[in-house]
Amino acid sequence: MMAIARASFRSIMRSPSAVVFTLLFPLIFILVFGFINGGGIRLDVALDGKSDLHNPVFDSIASMQGIHLVPGLTKAEIDHNLQKGDLDAIINIQKRLADNTISYNVDVTTNMASREKGIIIRSMLEHLVDKANLRAAAMERPLVVLSSKEIQVREYKTIDFILPGQLGFSLLSSGVFGTAFVFFNLRQTLVIKRFFATPIRKPFIVMGEAISRLVFALLGAAFLILVGYFAFGFTLIHGFATFATMLFLSALGLIVFMGFGFVVSGIAKSESTIPPLANIVTLPQFLLSGTFFGIENFPEWLQPICKVLPLTYLNNAMRLVAFEGAGLGDILIPLAIISAWGIFIYALAVKFFRWE
Amino acid sequence: MNSTPVIVVKDLKKTYDKFEAVKGVSFEVYDKEIFGLLGPNGAGKTTTLEIIETLREKTSGEVSVAGFSIDQHPNEIKKIIGVQLQAAGYYPSLTLTELIDLFAGLYNATVDPMEMLKQVGLEDKHKAKFKELSGGQKQRFSIATTLINQPKIVFLDEPTTGLDPQARRNLWDLIRKIRDNGTTVVITTHYMDEAEQLCDRVAVMEAGKIIALDAPDALIDKLVATGFERKKEVKKANLEDVFIHLTGHEWREG
Repeated sequence: MMAIARASFRSIMRSPSAVVFTLLFPLIFILVFGFINGGGIRLDVALDGKSDLHNPVFDSIASMQGIHLVPGLTKAEIDHNLQKGDLDAIINIQKRLADNTISYNVDVTTNMASREKGIIIRSMLEHLVDKANLRAAAMERPLVVLSSKEIQVREYKTIDFILPGQLGFSLLSSGVFGTAFVFFNLRQTLVIKRFFATPIRKPFIVMGEAISRLVFALLGAAFLILVGYFAFGFTLIHGFATFATMLFLSALGLIVFMGFGFVVSGIAKSESTIPPLANIVTLPQFLLSGTFFGIENFPEWLQPICKVLPLTYLNNAMRLVAFEGAGLGDILIPLAIISAWGIFIYALAVKFFRWE
Repeated sequence: MNSTPVIVVKDLKKTYDKFEAVKGVSFEVYDKEIFGLLGPNGAGKTTTLEIIETLREKTSGEVSVAGFSIDQHPNEIKKIIGVQLQAAGYYPSLTLTELIDLFAGLYNATVDPMEMLKQVGLEDKHKAKFKELSGGQKQRFSIATTLINQPKIVFLDEPTTGLDPQARRNLWDLIRKIRDNGTTVVITTHYMDEAEQLCDRVAVMEAGKIIALDAPDALIDKLVATGFERKKEVKKANLEDVFIHLTGHEWREG
């Protein structure tokens, strides 16, 4: 059995698609999302050319957090970009001199396309204007004082959301595609038949293959977690214990997903029917299981479907473990649901499994 | 050659749905002989062989290999036979050394991969992957995997089909060497010249039945005794002799 595991492991390591799907794709996604830092909102604002720039109003606008001034555009370009939505707002500041007092007029134009951003910009400016007016009115006891507090929490970074999802995706594709293709090919090329002519018992052939895939996928998972941890500050709340728990979850997830792979390889009539079948299994989970975005974002009618898929629970469990520091005891429900899927899918796999 | 039977087949039948592939065959294979199973495609050669190899269930009849019944002790049989399938596959991206290691593991045997490859003349190719080998090399490698457990009996299913004359002769030498080392060889082929050169005894199968069983020479003599004559006078050489003479005996890597 270990001989098969070893041979199969070597075989996987030399197969480009396994390495690409298990390591490279998730890694690329992690890199991409890791670099898009969740740095809050960015508001692209241009100043109307006729604006007065040497005044305190402009200075305070320019220094506001989130405001990004786009310089060097002509009037026509500014109007055009606002139309297209490339700009979120145009601000025009005019200085007025009447009766020896200086006053300022701030004009803001936003567009319908980025309405939320328009609202933010308006309220920011209103706040600025109010403050300036209050100061000018020298009001010492304001009528209403707002005091706000932000409580200190652990920072939930993009990577903390993305990495568990990518880990799940990696396990899913490795489990389903890898297993389905490998078993189909071994059967088709009579590798398995040749094994039958030796004294090895049948279950050991499957177990040997499974062990090698498990080892490979866990190495992949460890690699992804470590890259996330060292390069992007992925949160492993209890350090090594969390890491180990995540690997345990990975193993469980992979075993369940391999069951899907066995079913696919069992019902596929030819090599070309494997990708569509495997995609039927993986794609919905990939999209609906909170790999890239939380399932709360989906419309209500879709939620029940999301809440059935095993990857949803794997992803949730991973996030709970990594970020909230949950132990295995705290994630019994997701574990139970994943295991239930495992039992269900292996029952199917046994039914569909074919040796030749 | 002695005539102790190592394989005994009695009234073996195999039915697929309604099609009778093997319709009751009986024969014995003697210890340390090269036994040929001849016949056109679809005659039931491979089915018969795979039943003896314990790869296929029989419908009825009795088969024993080295005293073990295929019903009661299939695993004992697997330990003492070497099987080359008509179209066996190996992990395509492993090297020959790694594949030999793999099969050694399956038999719980320790072998020196280089030694095994040397037996079949592939020691130069030990770093090559199976998919990179030529047809003849693949067959030789395939035979090497059958020898790992030092079997009493090896089964070769059409080992020379599709090979060029040099590779074929080369394989004959290898098969004779295996026999001379004390291993019984059961081989299927549909090349009669091959059977005539190589086999100590042959069984001719046709439509699921054995219609003749004897030494090649004896079968030829019997036919000649009926008054059969070839239409054309046989020359002292044939075109294959010419081909081998012209292109040489040495192994080709093509």
